[in-house]
Amino acid sequence: MIRFLLRRIVTMAVTMLIISALVFFIIKLPPGDFLTNQIAELRAQGESASIAKAEFLIRQYGLDKPAWQQYLVWLGVMPGPNGFSGLLQGDWGWSFEYDKPVVDVVGDALWLTLLVNFAVVIFIHLIAIPIAIYSATRQYSVGDYIATFIGYIGLATPSFLLALILLYYMNRWFGISIGGLYDSQYAGEPWSWPKIQSLLSHLVVPTVVIGLGGTAAMIRRMRANLLDELGKQYYVTAKAKGLGPTKALLKYPFRMSLNPFIADIGNLLPQLVSGSVLVSLVLSLPTVGPILLSALKSQDQFLAGFILMFVALLTVVGMLVSDLLLAWLDPRIRMGGAR
Amino acid sequence: MEAPILSVRQLTVDFSTDAGNFRAVDGLTFDIPKGKTVALVGESGSGKSVTAQAILQILSKKARIANGSLLFNDPANGGSIDIAALPAESDAMHGLRGGRIAMIFQEPMTSLSPLHTIGDQISEALMIHADVDQAAANQRTMEVLGRVGFPDPKRALRTYPFELSGGLRQRAMIAMALITRPALLIADEPTTALDVTTQAQILDLIKELQVETGMSVLLITHDLGVVANVADEVVVMYRGRIMEAGSRDDIFRNAQHPYLQALMRAVPRFAMAENERLTPIREVKSASLASIDAPQRVQPAGPILKVEHLTKSFTLRSGWFSGKAREIRAVSEVDLSLPAGKTLGLVGESGCGKTTVSKMIMRAIPPNSGRVLFDDGTGLKDVHKLEGEALTTYRRSVQFIFQDPFSSLNPRMTVYELLTEPLRIHDIGTSDERYERVKHLLEMVGLDQRALRRYPHSFSGGQRQRLGIARALALEPRVLLCDEPVSALDVSVQAQVLNLLKDLQSALGLSYLFVSHNLAVVDYIADTIAVMCRGYIVEEAPKSSLFRNPVHPYTQALLAAVPDPDLDRPLDFTKLRTGGFSQPSAWPEPFRIEPGEFGVMKEIEPGHKVRLGRLSAQEAA
Repeated sequence: MIRFLLRRIVTMAVTMLIISALVFFIIKLPPGDFLTNQIAELRAQGESASIAKAEFLIRQYGLDKPAWQQYLVWLGVMPGPNGFSGLLQGDWGWSFEYDKPVVDVVGDALWLTLLVNFAVVIFIHLIAIPIAIYSATRQYSVGDYIATFIGYIGLATPSFLLALILLYYMNRWFGISIGGLYDSQYAGEPWSWPKIQSLLSHLVVPTVVIGLGGTAAMIRRMRANLLDELGKQYYVTAKAKGLGPTKALLKYPFRMSLNPFIADIGNLLPQLVSGSVLVSLVLSLPTVGPILLSALKSQDQFLAGFILMFVALLTVVGMLVSDLLLAWLDPRIRMGGAR
Repeated sequence: MEAPILSVRQLTVDFSTDAGNFRAVDGLTFDIPKGKTVALVGESGSGKSVTAQAILQILSKKARIANGSLLFNDPANGGSIDIAALPAESDAMHGLRGGRIAMIFQEPMTSLSPLHTIGDQISEALMIHADVDQAAANQRTMEVLGRVGFPDPKRALRTYPFELSGGLRQRAMIAMALITRPALLIADEPTTALDVTTQAQILDLIKELQVETGMSVLLITHDLGVVANVADEVVVMYRGRIMEAGSRDDIFRNAQHPYLQALMRAVPRFAMAENERLTPIREVKSASLASIDAPQRVQPAGPILKVEHLTKSFTLRSGWFSGKAREIRAVSEVDLSLPAGKTLGLVGESGCGKTTVSKMIMRAIPPNSGRVLFDDGTGLKDVHKLEGEALTTYRRSVQFIFQDPFSSLNPRMTVYELLTEPLRIHDIGTSDERYERVKHLLEMVGLDQRALRRYPHSFSGGQRQRLGIARALALEPRVLLCDEPVSALDVSVQAQVLNLLKDLQSALGLSYLFVSHNLAVVDYIADTIAVMCRGYIVEEAPKSSLFRNPVHPYTQALLAAVPDPDLDRPLDFTKLRTGGFSQPSAWPEPFRIEPGEFGVMKEIEPGHKVRLGRLSAQEAA
């Protein structure tokens, strides 16, 4: 077990290193960077004071050096102008666009993103699992057809469109604005009970909108998995023992059908951050998605690089977590291989 | 006379499917007396399993009990209930199911949940029906596990099904069924998926437990040998109807119904005369076999196929987290020799290495050491050193017939495509010639040429296996490797396929390596038999001397464990109770083989060889 963990952690570290190189050089691929673009613009306007500041920043972050040196400094394995100060040391760099350290730009957004998407994940599972069980156990019944139909509509509706529609009608019918994650009066306020209440009430619509497609997809997959398991012999055994239908279903086939979803956690975690960019833009949610989009557009390299690295880390950690969970839940994986 | 435990009266079960409605069980009437075993016998599709499911009301959604009654007289409270009148999910039915009537199934591999421990699944059965807490239930579970033969019941509580052998899994199933002390046990093909020695032990166990608890058993099986050994009364079913019913002696000594008589004649038995032929229930006539011309080829002087000192080890990783590798020797120093035009039977239980040997002969996997030699009339050549044209020729000469006729034919290819594929791969003939050849092949295996446009799913198991044989014959091979070709088939169909293989052999001069776990089948078809155990050939002899004078303890155990459908040759359960037949280190001297050793083959009479341990062989020399 410990050997397994060590082996996995080493491979994870190597993976992260390769990803960091890819991320950095792909961001660097387009000609120029945020500062040189800005300097050119400033020169055209003839603002010498700002130019001096920009040139200071260029030196400060070693943007005049070759790309591979910049990469090593960013990583924190080569001394830059401030000594060793990179990702490994916890210095995530400077956002030129916001003119703030990266940590200040993403700090609040990061955990709000996690909050919104965590709510979405819970929503998907709470809604999808009971519907899937219902429609699998009553295959080809009227209820199954209705659930299937609604599921297809959910799959086919673009979520940003739904967001726009809701935005309009919520305002028209109930007179409430659902943009943002809390009422505008609380912006910049310290956290208080009314602010949290406002946050919770604003959470409902984004959760439904973002979760709809996922719910529909999950119903379809869960139903298919469960149908496979319902035909298995061990379920007949459970019934032949005299177990009631609900208990027999939940203890045996349902648990078996969960495996693919646990294996999916690795994909789920990064989606928490990078998914739902469009919806966030439409609903003007202060999440990471829009920030990443604009950082990539303006070549704000440290900001974009950090967010991408964070997503990569979530992926790798998510994979490990799902593997460990699978091993914990499924004895065949824990002890198998011998036969 | 005491009232029977269960009276089945005019039971009728209807299925409604997309393809239409049909009646799976039609007016079935029989009794299960108290403390007795009733065997329900029939081919697959005869409605015997559906009957069992109806008794427990666990029929699939497409089926329903249309008519009749299932009167259950519980000896515990003297009451009498009509099961057919109870709703399937009523409390009364839940109480009966698993509590008073328990069931065990054919596939011990799949009938237990792989995610829950044996202890969890068995104690659950008790806790549903009795008011006990988990600790008391575990205690009872341990007792029952010990009773059904688990060596370490305490440990068994925490084991998962996949850690157990097939026999132990079936014992766990029995423990689960019996922990509630039911009045009736329904056993649906309980030993079909098991090896013969394990089968004998499980049958013995069920009999013993029956004596102990006084329960009744409804045994569902297609194996007349099993019936002859354990049943008190027999009900023979065909297409949902009873063909004949009566006591065991009546049925076996005085079969009346033509169907039953035919069924009896279709089963291979040990006591068969030298040239006696099995009579399939539905004989298939091959139009062209009699007039066929065998291809004119140079016959090799010696054996056509020879295996020398073949050894193969596999490396296993023992688990996810440990990463430790183990080495398992699957085949140890195997020597075989297949004379041209003859059949060599290779017999052994599952996991003994017989399939690995056939795969090495096919050159599907390389051996660690040893050689496979093939002689096409120009002298013996090492198969694993063949290259280019010579290898292609070898591939054409040796063809394979698979065990499972359902998964060995691509469901998306028509019969025509399936049968011409070998010809296309080897680029033989024009499309007209291929068409003629395929028509001819179908005639040989007794299928109509209208079959050409159809897909495999529209054929029955036996027809599919004949398609598999036709495909193997497409390239005019000299050797056929048959890996359990009839073990997935019904008795009646089995006889058909065996006869076809025999006829083809004499018409085409083929040589067969016939791999099987069924001694009676091998006895019927083979000339020489090699018995394999744990990767060793333990005994090899012409079939007459092997059955007349089995020397090796493993061969003896194997022979003793085959249930013969002959009342005068009952199984000797006491002899089989000791176990350990398949442990080379547990064999008595001079046969004992220490781990890591190979032992030596010794010829005790012409053609009859036995493997001895190393020490005793030295003494003998």
